[in-house]
Amino acid sequence: MRNLAAAISTIVLLVVAPVASAQEEQSTAPYAYRQLDDEKAERKAQDLMESLRCLQCQGQSIADSDAPIAGSMRSLVRERIAAGEKPEEIRSWLIERYGDYVSYAPRVTGLTWPLFAVPGFLLLLAFLLLRRRFAGPGRGDRS
Amino acid sequence: MTGTSPHTAPRWAIWLPLALFLAFVVLVLIGLLRPADRNVTSALVGKPMPAFNLPPALPARPGLDSKILANGKPHLVNIFASWCVPCRVEAPQLGVLAARGVPIEGISVRDSTENLQAFLEENGDPFQRIGADDDGKVQLALGSSGVPETYVVDGKGTIIYQHIGEIRPEHVEMLLEKLKEASR
Repeated sequence: MRNLAAAISTIVLLVVAPVASAQEEQSTAPYAYRQLDDEKAERKAQDLMESLRCLQCQGQSIADSDAPIAGSMRSLVRERIAAGEKPEEIRSWLIERYGDYVSYAPRVTGLTWPLFAVPGFLLLLAFLLLRRRFAGPGRGDRS
Repeated sequence: MTGTSPHTAPRWAIWLPLALFLAFVVLVLIGLLRPADRNVTSALVGKPMPAFNLPPALPARPGLDSKILANGKPHLVNIFASWCVPCRVEAPQLGVLAARGVPIEGISVRDSTENLQAFLEENGDPFQRIGADDDGKVQLALGSSGVPETYVVDGKGTIIYQHIGEIRPEHVEMLLEKLKEASR
């Protein structure tokens, strides 16, 4: 009986100990893993969190990532939303610190405007080319 | 549009698709051989340190108030944690910097007093003050994306330089140089 108890306690220690030591890295920020009570505010926060990049696992949004820093960022977003701040203000606050990279919603800047201009330009070009092609004989087509 | 167009394409045009393809291959090779830097640098370099006031992480050591960074002397602000392995790697270098008279202020991120105490006993303790950033909020305010990171702050409290990752022996002189620049 005593041996059994010892074995069980050893197993419990082996299983629990690594978990306990890994837990230190998890975010202890209040809203890292807790939603806001106000449903509307939580939805707003969720929308913003899905468009912010986790700085550690960079392909993921902070809503998807389980990195401790993403937890801290989620808590920051929720607390500020709960305090009445607008989502875009929070996004600007983060961009001020981490640059545009932190946001998945690109802004129009001196560097990014071609991203927004090129589709319009291509549509215009396609329109002009097609107009020529579909124009009646004698206008676009000389054969 | 039937038949051939009035102008036949010049002969070299037949090589155009191959040339485009080769250009694409070169682009891919460049991306493979020289991967982009994935470090997220703080956009606050060159700007004043955001105001914060962190409670003490250890009972016998003052916490960190950002006001102290503007006391006329340059500082190193080291963001670290006991659970961070590279922080152990950089500890001897921080010791060297402290021995050479550099004031080093610590911000311990998501840590506990016991773990921090054990970490400092094991790896040396170069810190004048250690602020406890338990929820990681000050780390975010500083634009820091991980641990360890080290900020060089001048006497007016302006961030001069951000070192991302552990301080290796070859970085010590460079940091001393940055501190000298900061004291000008």
